[in-house]
Amino acid sequence: MHNMVSIGKQSSVSIRDLSLSFGSVKVLENLNLDIRDGEFLVLLGSSGCGKSTLLNCIAGLLEPTEGQIFIKDRNVTWEEPKDRGIGMVFQSYALYPQMTVEKNLSFGLQVAKVPKDEIDRRVARAAGILQIEPLLKRKPAELSGGQRQRVAIGRALVRDVDVFLFDEPLSNLDAKLRSELRVEIKRLHQSLKNTMIYVTHDQIEALTLADRIAIMKSGVIQQLDDPVIIYNRPRNRFVAGFIGSPSMNFLTGELVGEGGRIVFRTNDVSFSLDGYDASEPLRAGRKVILGVRPEHIKVDGDIQGGEVHEAVVDIEEPMGADNLLWLKHAGHTMSVRIGGARRYAVGTRVRLAFDMTMASLFDAETEDRI
Amino acid sequence: MANISTLNTTAAGFDAVSSRLASGPSGRKPRRMLSTRNIVLYGTLTVAALYYLLPLYVMVVTSLKGMPEVRLGNIFSPPMEITFEPWVKAWAQACTGLNCDGLSRGFWNSVRILVPSVVVSIAVASVSGYALANWRFKGAELFFSILIIGAFIPYQVMIYPIVIVLRELGIYGTLTGLVIVHTIFGMPILTLLFRNYFASLPVELFKAARIDGAGFWQIYFRIMLPMSLPIFVVAMILQVTGIWNDFLFGVVFTRPDTYPMTVQLNNIVNSVQGVKEYNVNMAATLLTGAVPLIVYFLSGRLFVRGIAAGAVKG
Repeated sequence: MHNMVSIGKQSSVSIRDLSLSFGSVKVLENLNLDIRDGEFLVLLGSSGCGKSTLLNCIAGLLEPTEGQIFIKDRNVTWEEPKDRGIGMVFQSYALYPQMTVEKNLSFGLQVAKVPKDEIDRRVARAAGILQIEPLLKRKPAELSGGQRQRVAIGRALVRDVDVFLFDEPLSNLDAKLRSELRVEIKRLHQSLKNTMIYVTHDQIEALTLADRIAIMKSGVIQQLDDPVIIYNRPRNRFVAGFIGSPSMNFLTGELVGEGGRIVFRTNDVSFSLDGYDASEPLRAGRKVILGVRPEHIKVDGDIQGGEVHEAVVDIEEPMGADNLLWLKHAGHTMSVRIGGARRYAVGTRVRLAFDMTMASLFDAETEDRI
Repeated sequence: MANISTLNTTAAGFDAVSSRLASGPSGRKPRRMLSTRNIVLYGTLTVAALYYLLPLYVMVVTSLKGMPEVRLGNIFSPPMEITFEPWVKAWAQACTGLNCDGLSRGFWNSVRILVPSVVVSIAVASVSGYALANWRFKGAELFFSILIIGAFIPYQVMIYPIVIVLRELGIYGTLTGLVIVHTIFGMPILTLLFRNYFASLPVELFKAARIDGAGFWQIYFRIMLPMSLPIFVVAMILQVTGIWNDFLFGVVFTRPDTYPMTVQLNNIVNSVQGVKEYNVNMAATLLTGAVPLIVYFLSGRLFVRGIAAGAVKG
């Protein structure tokens, strides 16, 4: 609760009209972003979307072509990386191979001519927080991937910075370590309450860690919201398709009037839109895309009233906790998530109900949410 | 009882193994030593090795013979009486022009040319390569292209202009002048070598060091240098062999009393007056070639590693 109050009081990092181009290639264009004090912001997007470029601009490792960057209300656009009050953690750890862990942690402080006893105090504190005390005398080559990334986080920690920047820090780790360190990073954020900006292409990391997610595509932020809203009310079709695994089902069709109500029609099959919370009045004749997540289609026993459709099981993919059915209906193949214990043979006819309160409608042309 | 049961299990195990072995091929496949492949392989290697070692053998053997024995003309026969006289003469007494203090003068001249040339050229080239690889400054690409073009221009084309430049600077004929020439001519290939090596190091290391607040020189000395031993060894070997073996620049840019060893060797071997002292010539040649050979033997392993690291990525 206390945390919630502090959010919004003051912005920690502000990006104003930031543009960056490499020659004629525009990587970022007129980008605006305000990151709140103590917030965990995730920049999410596929490779080449400009998320790492944006992070490098904030760090001062890349010069923007236009625009300004503020950190703690100070214009740092022309400042050196070291003077920005940031610490950065890299995907490849980027530990200095010839130095021990201790030297790796203290290098930046030595460069900044921090007194020796102060260096020792800060290194000890960081090592304590990250539980890497036994490793201090070792060289990076003698550490495992997870330990190396802990040291890399420690290097940012000792610098006592306002803002932590993470550039895909977990991408080089195997799946088990990744989920362990993910929890550790979240715990670190909860105890330090620093602002953290975290770049990833992994939607699980984004959804689990973020206070807010900024989804990027070709240098433009598509949506900036908290994970639940991003997941349930995606602003456009790109966001809807990017978040969620397995991906959202998209049915292209149009809105038609039927019995005094507007319904969605595709391949001569009508879907009632009862319960859909449209942001503008729906009118007949508009070409639209209906998006429904696999878990928002109810099957057989789960149906609690409403309009019922019939479909045929095409493929069944048991995934342990869940069971994924690929169904054929109205000329589309759609995926439906049901409990892992419920099994269906291929070819079985099943009854479906679409939960329109959780669905999304997009304009077929602009692909924006209606 | 325990013993018996152990015996039984061992016996049973043995039976199982032998029966499995009997049933067909098992384990490593046996190979014949005298296969066609081996004969061709080792035969070729032996012939090639002999081809390169034979001249060396002749040189060493001849240099240990006295002149009467050399005159017999059996160049492959080992010396009947080993003498180090030719070596002493080559080093300390052989005459070139007016000087009769042997190759030693040329050796020390070469050392005085070599050490500053190697140190300065590697220092300048490594910093340029580092700047080109990590600090993208305006015009870096153009600068690099010009440097690379420099590597393809034949030395001979530039000799006369350089003579004029050195004369205007007042250092023509001095060791300083030759050191400058060697440093400049080493630049293209060395800079390329260092640039490629530094470019092959993870760029995130450089970024991390910048975040840590290290500047141009701090990153160079404290992050890059400690990681670059192999490429420095490569550069050193290239420069030591290149500069030590250089004849053209040595003969053009120095005067007789500052001639490097190679030029002096040529003057000893090619002297037209008197008897041809083959044993002394051989000893002199071996002495001249010894320095690059020793450098190479001492650092050969690092050389291969460095070449592999610096040459592949670009």
